[in-house]
Amino acid sequence: MATLDSKIPEGPVEKKWTNYKSHVHLINPANKRNLEVIVIGSGLAGASAAASLAELGYKVKVFCFQDSPRRAHSIAAQGGINAAKNYQNDGDSDYRLFYDTVKGGDYRSREANVYRLAEVSANIIDQCVAQGVPFAREYGGMLSNRSFGGVLVQRTFYAAGQTGQQLLLGAYSALERQVGMGAVQMYSRHEMLELVMIDGKCRGIIARDLVSGKLERHFGHAVLLCSGGYGNVFFLSTNAMGSNVTAAWKAHKQGAYFANPCYTQIHPTCIPVSGHHQSKLTLMSESLRNDGRIWVPKKKEDVEALRKKQKKASQIPEEDRDYYLERRYPAFGNLVPRDVASRAAKERCDAGFGVNATGEAVFLDFTTNTRRYGNIEATKHGHHNLPDAEIMELGRGVIKEKYGNLFDMYKQITGVDPYQEPMQIYPAVHYTMGGLWVDYNLMTTVPGLYALGEANFSDHGANRLGASALMQGLADGYFVIPYTIGDYLSTEIRTKAISTDHEAFAQAEKSVQEKIDKLFAVKGTQPVDYFHRELGKIMWEKCGMARNAKGLQEAISEIQKLREAFWKDVRVTGEKDEFNPELEKAGRVADFLELGELVCKDALDRNESCGGHFREEYQTEEGEALRDDEKYNYVAAWEYKGADWELHKEELKFENIKIAQRSYK
Amino acid sequence: MSENNMKITLKVWRQRNNKAKGALETYKVDEVSSDMSFLEMFDVLNDKLIREGKDPIAFDHDCREGICGMCSMYINGQPHGPLQGVTTCQLHMRSFKDGDTIVVEPWRAKAFPVIKDLVVDRSAFDRIIAAGGFISVNTGNAQDANALPISKELADRAFAAAACIGCGACVAACKNSSAMLFVSAKVTQLSLLPQGEPERQSRVLDMAAQMDAEGFGSCTNTGACEAECPKGISVSNIAHMNREFFAAELNKK
Repeated sequence: MATLDSKIPEGPVEKKWTNYKSHVHLINPANKRNLEVIVIGSGLAGASAAASLAELGYKVKVFCFQDSPRRAHSIAAQGGINAAKNYQNDGDSDYRLFYDTVKGGDYRSREANVYRLAEVSANIIDQCVAQGVPFAREYGGMLSNRSFGGVLVQRTFYAAGQTGQQLLLGAYSALERQVGMGAVQMYSRHEMLELVMIDGKCRGIIARDLVSGKLERHFGHAVLLCSGGYGNVFFLSTNAMGSNVTAAWKAHKQGAYFANPCYTQIHPTCIPVSGHHQSKLTLMSESLRNDGRIWVPKKKEDVEALRKKQKKASQIPEEDRDYYLERRYPAFGNLVPRDVASRAAKERCDAGFGVNATGEAVFLDFTTNTRRYGNIEATKHGHHNLPDAEIMELGRGVIKEKYGNLFDMYKQITGVDPYQEPMQIYPAVHYTMGGLWVDYNLMTTVPGLYALGEANFSDHGANRLGASALMQGLADGYFVIPYTIGDYLSTEIRTKAISTDHEAFAQAEKSVQEKIDKLFAVKGTQPVDYFHRELGKIMWEKCGMARNAKGLQEAISEIQKLREAFWKDVRVTGEKDEFNPELEKAGRVADFLELGELVCKDALDRNESCGGHFREEYQTEEGEALRDDEKYNYVAAWEYKGADWELHKEELKFENIKIAQRSYK
Repeated sequence: MSENNMKITLKVWRQRNNKAKGALETYKVDEVSSDMSFLEMFDVLNDKLIREGKDPIAFDHDCREGICGMCSMYINGQPHGPLQGVTTCQLHMRSFKDGDTIVVEPWRAKAFPVIKDLVVDRSAFDRIIAAGGFISVNTGNAQDANALPISKELADRAFAAAACIGCGACVAACKNSSAMLFVSAKVTQLSLLPQGEPERQSRVLDMAAQMDAEGFGSCTNTGACEAECPKGISVSNIAHMNREFFAAELNKK
C-alpha cells in the first residue's frame, strides 16, 4: 500500500511553522509576475488567498458560480471566529486552542497542521481589524469575546450574528482592490468543470461561462480549490442551494485523494423541518447556547400536551423540565461540542420526548438568562424591586442586542416569536470535516493542485468546534498558502505559460462537452431535484447522525440504483449554450450521486465511532462515541479507481497531546 | 395557523435572454403551504413546468437565509415583496392569502441588465467596490487588534452600515435607479473607522465616479431605498456620503 507523505517539518510542534517559514524557497518578484494561479471559489479561503497572492505579485484568476464573489456561503456564518488572543486573561494560549481543537476533533486530526492554525489565529484578527471589519466591542473600545462549544475560555470574536458576512466582506474588499489594480481577473458566474493535467501536473481548468454556456480554457501554474464542503449531498442542510462538490470531485477523479469523507457535522441547533416542500435548513448560531438552555419535558403527558398545542412551554414548571445537557455533562453543560449535543437531542427525541408534532424538536430557552440580564440592567440603573415582567423586558433588550438578527430570522421562518416562547430546534447537516487530502503545504496528491478551507480535510479531525471554520478558511488563505505555494512554484519559474491550444486542454474540453451532451441526451421524466431529494433521504436515514453496518450496506446499493435511475430518467430542460440553472444542478447532482457512495463506504470501513461519525455498534455504556485507536488511528484517503476506490492510510501521531477518551462531563 | 391548500396565481416576467423581448406570463400554483418560503413556491412551480416539458423560471438565489444578497424579485411592485426588513428568500407564504394574484418582475434598472427571466447582472456593484470600497492594507503583520481602541458607538455605527448585503433592492426601488444607498453604506462604514482615514477622500470620489460611469441615476432624496432595504440601511448614510463627497471635492488639488 502506498504511503502518503504529509511533509510535516522536523522539530518540536511549536517551532515547526517558524522553522518552515525561515527555510521555504522564495521567489524573485520578477518571476512571480510570470507565475499564474487559478483560485476556484471566493469564500473566506478563496478570497483571502487570491488577494494575498496577488499582493505578492502572482497573476491570479478567481472563479465563482455566484453573480459576485461576495455571495460565497462563508457569508452566512453567524457566531464568530476563534483566536488565541487571550484578551480575556482567562488562560488561553496557542497550546490551549491547539489542544481544544485536537480534542474537539476526537483525536483524528494532524497535530502539526492544527498547531499552525492556532499559531496564526491571532494574526487573522489583526488583519481583519486593519481592513475595517467592525467586530463587536466593549465600551472601552476593546474587542469583545464570547464562548463557543467545547472550550472553557472566551476566545470567539464576533460581529453580532453576522460574523461570516463581515469577514467575507473584508476579504472581498481586499480581493476587489486587486481586481481594480488588474492583479486579479475575476470570473463570476463561471463554474469549473474539469482539471487539466499535463505530464502529471495540474496545469489549468475548463470552466463554463454560466451566462453564455460557452466552455473556456484557463492555464495556471497552480490551481487552488477553495470550493467549500459537500454537505448538500444530504439535500437538506444549512449550506447554500448552490454549494456543491463538483470542483473537488473532478479533482478527485483526476487523482486527488479524498480523505475522511464520512466525517460530516450535524449541527445541534437548526430550525426543524416544516414540510415536504423544504428546500434547505437554517442554522441558529451556536452562540445562542451561551445564553440558551436546552430542555425537553420530563413527563410524557407534557410532551403530548405540547404536541397537541394544549400547553405552552412556559406553562411547564421548572421541576418538570429535563435540561439533559446540564444533567449529562455538568462540566460543559449547554456548551458541549456539536456532535455530543446533536446525539443527545436525538436520544431524547428517539425516546419520545420531542416537543413538536413530528417529534423531532427540543427547546432552546432563554428565560433564565433573560431574567439574569434583566436583574443586572435593573441594578445598573438603580431600580430595585421591579416586577418580574419589567425585569424580563429589560433582559429582552440585552438579548436583542446580542442575537437580534437571529431572533428575527427565527420568527420570520417559523411565525413564532422567540422572545415570548422558547425556540424549537433540531440537528441538521452543517459542515464537512472530510475533504481532499492535503499535505502540510495544503497540496493534494496532484502536483500543483491545492485545497484550502472546508474543501480540505486537515484541521478538524472528526468534529469541528464552533467558530473554527472561519478561522481555518482565513488562516489557509491569508497566512499559510502565501508561504507554502512558494515551495512548489519556486520549481516552476522556468515553466512558460502553456498555450490553451495544447492537446490536453482540447481533450479536457471535449470530455466536459460530452458529459453535458450526455445529460441532455437522457430526455427522461424526472426533474434533477427529485434525484437530489431521494439521495438526501438515503444519506440522512442511513448515513446521518447514527450509522450501522447494515444500513450503510443498504445505502450503498440504493445509491448505486438511484445513480442508474438518474442516468436513465433525468430531464434537463433548456439548451447548453444559454443561461441554464437546471443544467448546472444536473451536473452537480450527478457528482453528489458518486460522492454519496464514497461517504457511505468510508463510514462502513471505519469500524469505530469518533466525533461526527457515530456507528451504533461502537459506543460506551453511556452512549458516547467509542474510538478504536489500535486499528483506526489514521486518515482514510481514498483513491479513485474508476469502478471502485483504493484506501490509503496516513497514520496519525500524537506527540504533544495524550490521546484519551473524550470527556465533557 | 399554517394552511396547506392555498391557490396562488402568479404573473411572472419571462425573458429568454438579454436580446429577447420579455412579457408577463400567468401561472397557477395549487397546494401552496403557508409555511413555504416564496422561493419554495417557485421550486414547486418549476418542478411542475419541468414535468410538463416547459422551461422553468430562472431566478437568482443561494443562501436562502437572507444574507448572501443573491435573491432579487420585484413582488407586487416592491423589491423583496410586502414585508419590511426581509429578503425574498425569507418571505413566507403566510404573508399572502388563498386566491391572491402576485406579479413578479426582475430588478429594473439600466445598470442591471436582464440575463434571463428574473435574473439580472449586478456586476456594476463589484466594480464600484473595486474602485475604492476597501482599506489598502496588504496581508501581513498588522498591529495588534486592540492597539487601536474604537468606541463601541462608532463600531456599532460602522457595523450598521456594513450590514448591507449588496442585493440591489435600493436601486430597484428608486425611481432614478440611484445606487446611493449601496455606495454610501460602504463609504460611511470606512470613513467612520480610524483605519479608513488615510484614503477617506480619494475613496468617496473614486466610488462616486464609478457609480456614475455605471449608469446609475441621481439621488433625489425620496427615501424609497431605505423603505425597501431588507437590512434597514439608513438614508442617513447618504447624507453622510454627501458631506464626505463635498469635503473631498473642496480639498481636491
